[in-house]
Amino acid sequence: MLGRTAYGIFWMFRYLERAENTARLLEAGFRMALTRGSQSDEEWRSLLTTLGLAAAYDDRFDETTGPLVSNFLLRDRENPASVLAMVEYARTNARMVRTALTREVWEATNEAWMALCEAMARPVRMAQLADLLALVRRQAMLVRGALEGTMLRNEIFNFARVGTAIEAADNTARILDVKYHVLLPSVAWVGSTLDNAQWEMMLRSVAGERVFRWLNAGTLDPRGIANFLICDGRFPRSLAYSYSKLASNMNGLAREHGTTLRSHALLDSAVTRLQAQTIAEVFEFGLHEFLTDFIAANRNLADAIAADYRFIE
Amino acid sequence: MQTTTRATFDEMLDEDGGIRPAYRAFRDWYDAQDKAWLAKQGQVAESVFRRTGITFNVYGEDAGQERLIPFDMIPRIITRDEWTRLSRGIEQRVRALNAFLHDLYHKREIVKAGRLPERVLRDNDAFLPEMVGFTPPGGVYTHIVGIDLVRTGPDDFMVLEDNARTPSGVSYMLENRETMMAMFPELFSRVRVQPVSDYPRALARSLAACAPEAAAGHRPVVSVLTPGIYNSAYFEHAFLADQMGAELVESSDLRVMDGRVCQRTTRGWQAIDVIYRRVDDAFLDPLTFNPTSMLGVPGIMDIYRAGGITIANAPGTGIADDKAIYSFMPEIVEFYTGEKPLLKNVPTWRCAEADSLKYVLDNLKDLVVKEVHGSGGYGMLIGPTSSKAEIARFEKKLRARPENYIAQPTLALSTVPIFTKAGLAPRHVDLRPFVLVSPKGIDITPGGLTRVALKKGSLVVNSSQGGGTKDSWVLAE
Repeated sequence: MLGRTAYGIFWMFRYLERAENTARLLEAGFRMALTRGSQSDEEWRSLLTTLGLAAAYDDRFDETTGPLVSNFLLRDRENPASVLAMVEYARTNARMVRTALTREVWEATNEAWMALCEAMARPVRMAQLADLLALVRRQAMLVRGALEGTMLRNEIFNFARVGTAIEAADNTARILDVKYHVLLPSVAWVGSTLDNAQWEMMLRSVAGERVFRWLNAGTLDPRGIANFLICDGRFPRSLAYSYSKLASNMNGLAREHGTTLRSHALLDSAVTRLQAQTIAEVFEFGLHEFLTDFIAANRNLADAIAADYRFIE
Repeated sequence: MQTTTRATFDEMLDEDGGIRPAYRAFRDWYDAQDKAWLAKQGQVAESVFRRTGITFNVYGEDAGQERLIPFDMIPRIITRDEWTRLSRGIEQRVRALNAFLHDLYHKREIVKAGRLPERVLRDNDAFLPEMVGFTPPGGVYTHIVGIDLVRTGPDDFMVLEDNARTPSGVSYMLENRETMMAMFPELFSRVRVQPVSDYPRALARSLAACAPEAAAGHRPVVSVLTPGIYNSAYFEHAFLADQMGAELVESSDLRVMDGRVCQRTTRGWQAIDVIYRRVDDAFLDPLTFNPTSMLGVPGIMDIYRAGGITIANAPGTGIADDKAIYSFMPEIVEFYTGEKPLLKNVPTWRCAEADSLKYVLDNLKDLVVKEVHGSGGYGMLIGPTSSKAEIARFEKKLRARPENYIAQPTLALSTVPIFTKAGLAPRHVDLRPFVLVSPKGIDITPGGLTRVALKKGSLVVNSSQGGGTKDSWVLAE
């Protein structure tokens, strides 16, 4: 396949994953704001910080309110990281690599774009937010389902999954990093409703709140949450899971090409590091430091994949 | 403005209002259908087109916007016998076009024989000096041709235009049929229609049969070259590549290496044997044609001339469909085939000639005047539908550069019914059959693309100006 096609597939799935993650974060923030009443402005700010969009937002608006932030994150034409913009990038990439996709995957992507354009044609009111975010998630799942159900298991599929896994790992690490302080042991944390709500938001933003409760019989504790999001290979948005998927798809590429490349070596050492580390060691090393290193290594890995497989000349 | 006169040939209704044989089986079916249901099916078709992304991009103000070409569900129907006669004429014309191109770039016998004035070749941008003395692999110049036909009577098909560069529209021909079959499956069991779905395979076979020497010993690697996703015909480029199982490449994916043109794959550089290019000559090779262009593959023309790649269509074929050449086509067909042309040309006045110019100026209000190098229905005057002021403005342009124009009578294009809220209504149509040429022979897909002017009385069928398309049937029996 063409290097440019691999590039297009990789980014198509990164954008879709990012759009979905932004929607989940917004959903978590929305719930948080609902339950927090007067302090809710802070929650909306924290959402912007998590997404790295606080400065871009402040350039455009003087105040931070739910409707403003929601519309900025969902549909603002001036915000290149809005959900709508990312779905549009994903669809543009899909058009570019049309010949590499099954009709089902292309149509699911095109329909997702059409449905979201229509749903967000006008400013979104807070009363519509929950339905709209559910629509974003559902459309993303339809594309994923079409990929899963119709695509040949060849390098095209591998590049799609690699893009998804790199992006999912990056997103989870960033969410953890922005909120890492609420996971650190401190005198204030014990049983306070504030931190409970923060933890819940963190879990919710990676679609993990139900699973976590189920696994932990309803108790929330910071170390358990960090362990869940970093080390638990069963949870599809944990770093461990993303990296196990990365490993199997990169192995697929190595098999198909009959050779391992620099990116495989980078990935091997990252997986080894991730597996060898207990959550206690992560906290000892420093959660923030660990996540900073992880995000940088994840980015390097993406660059190495792009170079190894000739995404660009 | 109503130009539909009594002289107009309607393809469904005869002079007495009876149904012509081609449409009888269809009309039996149609008359039995619930019209409200049909109207709903029309909307279903539109949403299918949108979902599958069968769109074209519009240049200009709405740059980047994707539009649908309106689709009308009433098929345009041609009998088997009509088609047999028609396809003979098409084949003859396409054979002549290829022989003409070979001659133009070699000995120029036709000029020496005094059948074509040298002046129409001189200073003609469509003529490529780089092609002189070179014969493309298999001797084929126009691998893919679209012949635009209009009909004025039961057996009167005329060629309006030859498309010998990169004719488009074939994806609509294929998708229109798919859509019709999905909407009205039972109709196809009642009326037997010759299939068109083999076109992509025929195209792949035809291109592979033109592979260069460098491809000897392996299955030829065929790629489709597109200007990219913002091109108006991008959907078609992707569609054809997909249907042929070929890579869809942009010039940035290509480079010349070790005497071959190669595409950048995830495993490294892979040599291409045949490139079906959907870019203009000027954007093929910046070294040869357009040094300021960022597009194209530097050096591809050298590789081409050395037998390292086949370019389809060959560079320089545009000279054969130039409007200045068009009026000589009857002579051209006769010169190379030794036969009388089976298909007529539309009568054409060359404004470069003084007598013709005088006639054209005297009759502007009745004529269609076209720019010699224009396309897409732009830069033309349709006399009968233009205001006095428009005609006066055009006259000035015409007087300033008469050699830049040709003129034709306003033709009574045949009509075919479309589906409207008020029932069937006649609209003017043309037809673009698609022709494949390889050393193994000439392959014409039965039917082609019917373009229809959706506005009552309008004669402009171009999709850029409000035209739509129809499924085109050639009956099997």
